Amino acid sequence: MALSIATRQLDGVTILDLSGRITLGEGSVQLRDAIRDLISKGVKNVLLSLGDVNYIDSSGLGELVSAFTTAKNQGAEVKLLNLTKKVKDVLQVTKLYTVFDIFDDEASAIASFK
Amino acid sequence: MDSVAEVEAAAENFTHAAGMDEDESFRVAMAVREATVNAVLHGNGYDPNKQVSVSFENNGKAIVITIADQGEGLDPDKLPDPLAPENLLRGTGRGIFLIRSFLDEVHFRQLHPGTELTLIKNLKAAAS
Repeated sequence: MALSIATRQLDGVTILDLSGRITLGEGSVQLRDAIRDLISKGVKNVLLSLGDVNYIDSSGLGELVSAFTTAKNQGAEVKLLNLTKKVKDVLQVTKLYTVFDIFDDEASAIASFK
Repeated sequence: MDSVAEVEAAAENFTHAAGMDEDESFRVAMAVREATVNAVLHGNGYDPNKQVSVSFENNGKAIVITIADQGEGLDPDKLPDPLAPENLLRGTGRGIFLIRSFLDEVHFRQLHPGTELTLIKNLKAAAS
């Protein structure tokens, strides 16, 4: 299953609800385009909701890192919400768990941007 | 990339048939996927005239998966460490690290031309 992305706004935060796989050829480019689009429009607070992302590969990890650094370079922030076990596993192995702000509940994640 | 999906699905089926649980199966299948992507993209350079061969074996103690390309080869010792602070925010360079993390043994062999990866995951001893 490819990646689907739904966008919503809440308290000044743009939330991307991602569903599917973030892998080479299946979701990486979609994620990259979505993030670049938001950052180019001046969006500062981005929350990636990953509760329905059941798979990420090294290419997908690279896109998450690129999203993080692209945002940071533009004075914006990208944070992560609701990691599935498999995604958490991969982020921990690669030490990227220490790079991102990661939350288990949406209210805390939204509050963290204030 | 369709062939990568086929190999990944085959790895999932193979690991399940070998009795691996969901977590182990995911890790092995992911490593196989990463290795196959490397073979197609970095090894063969997406050249449709070059092939990637994959084999699966269960010897009763471990599963042994080999993935070979027909590219120019690589020196695994020269790959940067993706966990190093200066590399942590790089967008690439995590594939072989993940493969090594998820398997018990990973061996590289230069084929002239090509690279063959042998991935070994030990099977848990069957309950007596």
